[in-house]
Amino acid sequence: MSTETFYEVMRRQGISRRSFLKFCSLTAASLGLAPTMAPRIAEAMENKPRTPVIWLHGLECTCCSESFIRSAHPLAKDVVLSMLSLDYDDTLMAAAGHQAEAIIDQIRKKYKGNFILAVEGNPPLNEDGMFCIHGGRPFIEVLKETAADAKAIISWGSCASWGCVQAAKPNPTRATPVHKVIFDKPIIKVPGCPPIAEVMTAVITYMLTFDRIPELDRQGRPKMFYGQRIHDKCYRRPHFDAGQFVENWDDEAARKGYCLYKMGCKGPTTYNACSTVRWNGGVSFPIQSGHGCIGCSEDGFWDKGGFYDRVTDIKQFGVESNADKIGATVAGVAGAAVAAHAAVSALSKARSGESDQSKGGK
Amino acid sequence: MSLKSHEDGPIDEVAAGTTVYVYEAPVRLWHWVNALSIVVLAITGYLIASPLPTVPGEANDHFLMGYIRFAHFAAAYIFAIGFLVRIYWAVVGNHHARQLFYLPVTDKVWWEGLFREIRWYMFIEKTPHKYIGHNPLGHFFMFFAITVGGIFMLVTGFALYGEGAQAGTWSHTLFSSWVIPLYGQSQDVHTWHHMVAWGIVVFMILHVYTAIREDIMSRQTMVSAIISGHRTFRE
Repeated sequence: MSTETFYEVMRRQGISRRSFLKFCSLTAASLGLAPTMAPRIAEAMENKPRTPVIWLHGLECTCCSESFIRSAHPLAKDVVLSMLSLDYDDTLMAAAGHQAEAIIDQIRKKYKGNFILAVEGNPPLNEDGMFCIHGGRPFIEVLKETAADAKAIISWGSCASWGCVQAAKPNPTRATPVHKVIFDKPIIKVPGCPPIAEVMTAVITYMLTFDRIPELDRQGRPKMFYGQRIHDKCYRRPHFDAGQFVENWDDEAARKGYCLYKMGCKGPTTYNACSTVRWNGGVSFPIQSGHGCIGCSEDGFWDKGGFYDRVTDIKQFGVESNADKIGATVAGVAGAAVAAHAAVSALSKARSGESDQSKGGK
Repeated sequence: MSLKSHEDGPIDEVAAGTTVYVYEAPVRLWHWVNALSIVVLAITGYLIASPLPTVPGEANDHFLMGYIRFAHFAAAYIFAIGFLVRIYWAVVGNHHARQLFYLPVTDKVWWEGLFREIRWYMFIEKTPHKYIGHNPLGHFFMFFAITVGGIFMLVTGFALYGEGAQAGTWSHTLFSSWVIPLYGQSQDVHTWHHMVAWGIVVFMILHVYTAIREDIMSRQTMVSAIISGHRTFRE
């Protein structure tokens, strides 16, 4: 396998050298670099081999892949065919069986410490990982082996990032997110169920273009897409501030597109780019189509009560309990106890007063 | 005078009509500012999680939720600044001003007093003990509800506030940036903020009741003491 450079790929796609150099100048200008940087960008693109990507699938539903192939900016075909060297992805590749598996070994040896490992889904750890078999071996083994030679790891989706539905209580297979089994590699979490297509392609092209990982927040998510909550950029936010809420799915407020906060929208607690980037090429996103955010890109979102409750259920106190119901009950009990205690106190005081009087009488 | 028998223990003998200056002016002022801010915080906090019915008309004619949230944040700032001033006064004020910030857990007399106070509330003890400052049971509750609970509410509250203020603001840098990851996500921080808030509400119910009760039953001024600062032992 020969290693193609970006320049070679662009030439192969019919782009002239003149256009290529123009592209380099424009890139330098848009990055705010001096004109002298343009030749250096051209040089890098002419000489640097494209970084290969291995895309592994663990315990997952392929919704991340489904989202990824629908990317519009850039188009998924451009990403796969010209921007990155997606050398292994068992759902997208033509090869199968032993030939396919041989590619992983090839990449690992040839690009040791120099390829990106993208993981969709997560490894289950119970029963020695037998709940997810990859090419006849437990997925956890393949993951650890491949990760050992990777430069960085991208955790696609909530499965790889947090655990998602297969890790929801009681998590029978002990599905475990990637960062809890791989400790020695930089991990970029791109949570969401699935993540937004454009966010996926943007993260991967950023890493390939700039040869470094994007700036991450404390939980390992790229700040540029997960730095703000859905609520902060929601187009229905004015209705929230005004106090205009949908109270029922079929009321006038729902038709008018008021805030879905009372219907349990998790926008105020969810960090994602849905309200800015939106979905399907910027057409819409859940709140725009009339349903609250379910918080799919947040840690443990399956275990945080119903999608239609604003205040999280606390299961230890019964199925339908939440902090406010418990608190109000306890406060009510305290109030009743105080009243009862006051009555008994008054009674005992009256009685001791009587005995004092009778003592005084004697 | 037999009034200073023990730092945190009961006073042994006291002549009826003896008056001691306990709560200095800043402590009293703080108490009432704090009480008021907690009432505002509890009510507005509840209304933020369970908003009032929808208001009709155009969104730009109203700012109801905005005002409720503003009241919550303003009261939170007053609570926070009051808390800091109160800590300062604990350092420079009299020794009663320090009582709120520590529990004398190594003091045997204090523990005996605590259990005696519990027995008094269970109607087992017939006579109340008199204390210049807080009795051990009140001291215990106040420490956990106001000092520990207050710090918890400030930390989680400013963490939630920082989420809206967003990255780069002091509240996000100082609180949100580590509190939210500590819980995993914002939803659990909300839940705990609610739980402790209700704990403080329960404390307030008990606090008001016991203050009035001891005023009557223990023959010493409680309610007027936090207004005038003087505690009078009536018998």
